[in-house]
Amino acid sequence: MPGFSLVHLEFLGWAAMWTLGLSAIAFVGGGLVGFAVALMRISPIRWVRYAAIAYIQVVQGTPLLILLFLIYFGIAIVGFQEVPALIAAGIGLTIYSSGFLAEIWRGCLQSVPKTQWEAAECLALTPWQRMTRVILPQAMRIATPPTVGFLVQIVKNTSLASVVGFVELAQAGKLINNSIFEPFTVFMVVAAIYFAICFPLSTWSRRLERKLNVSRR
Amino acid sequence: MSAVVKLSNVHKSFGTNKVLDGVSFEVGRGEVAAVIGQSGSGKSTALRCINALETIDGGTIDVCGHAVHDAKLDRRSLRRDVGIVFQSYNLFPHLTAEQNIMLAPSCVKKVSKSEARDLAHDVLRRVGLAEKAGHFPEQLSGGQQQRVAIARSLAMQPKLMLFDEVTSALDPQLTGEVLKVMEDLARGGMTMILVTHEMAFARKVASQVVYMHKGKVWETGPGSMLDSPKTAELADFVGSGL
Repeated sequence: MPGFSLVHLEFLGWAAMWTLGLSAIAFVGGGLVGFAVALMRISPIRWVRYAAIAYIQVVQGTPLLILLFLIYFGIAIVGFQEVPALIAAGIGLTIYSSGFLAEIWRGCLQSVPKTQWEAAECLALTPWQRMTRVILPQAMRIATPPTVGFLVQIVKNTSLASVVGFVELAQAGKLINNSIFEPFTVFMVVAAIYFAICFPLSTWSRRLERKLNVSRR
Repeated sequence: MSAVVKLSNVHKSFGTNKVLDGVSFEVGRGEVAAVIGQSGSGKSTALRCINALETIDGGTIDVCGHAVHDAKLDRRSLRRDVGIVFQSYNLFPHLTAEQNIMLAPSCVKKVSKSEARDLAHDVLRRVGLAEKAGHFPEQLSGGQQQRVAIARSLAMQPKLMLFDEVTSALDPQLTGEVLKVMEDLARGGMTMILVTHEMAFARKVASQVVYMHKGKVWETGPGSMLDSPKTAELADFVGSGL
């Protein structure tokens, strides 16, 4: 039986691209939805706020694995026969990350002192101007480390997309192992690739944090 | 003399705590009103109500033709007419002094960038900080930050300026430089309402002193009333301040 070879490594490399792609979809989609939910979460209108709280609670209280099953089979029930795994996984991870990013960013927005909101309001800025010119620039500095930290979580959690038949890094590792039965070698390589993706992200987060702090001085 | 600000029988409670209990006073154009009183007497709340930062439970407040008590109040148009300076300066830390000042004119009044910059330098000169335009708030002393905050309000050319204990966080020397700016403003004819603990300043600059006690206007009169208080409470308050 042939052992672990360059062909396998190439396959893992290809699968890692899908891991990155799925992570990007989850982050961009989750970021857009999550930001909207974060804004709703601090809305002065009560029912909007409660709707956001309910959304966050439901998403955070559901295991990603179950969420993925629900979406994969749910879409089929609604009438689409063949759901591409990428779509199902993309939607599932978007919902999952939006629930967490909403709460992270809600905290960052609210950690900008109330006096800053008041000062902006008293200068007759519109709510939009206040958000974009005064609150967001300050909240983003606070939000960067936890956000990139969560990005690392997203990258690792894309491995769950294998349950809906999506071939990403973890699933590719399983497939290779099924044929060559060298679990330790194969999953060490898989782990190394995950690390190679996540480590620069954390480093980048730290650098960003330092830079944003410096620009303030 | 036309009243720029008129409070009539204003009531305001936080929960069961009655903060304003039928407050009435008016301030005419070009007047400087100093609101004094113990902590918890409701003076800061009264000031915040004038700018609609707090909503009132009863009574009426008219400010520069805006019915502040009206639920349909256009807050943004009120705030174009009214500037406010806070105890904690509340400059935007991510913007330089100049950018802090330029923000509202360019966002709200849509003046061009170069115009806004000229305006910023103009008001910075008025508060004596022309050379600090490019500094971030944390590079400035408390007194300088407060003067930039005053300049930021001035740049919107308000008809009325509110000062909420603006020197309370400053040491005596820095207090002096901020009070001097405020005195210049008063002399320039700006209508001002200041909540303050600076009795000497109130006596010297204010055309009207409003002494608040337990959510009520207890005594009101010219600055000289501080020298001959009619009520025991004011006598006590002035006496304890010495």
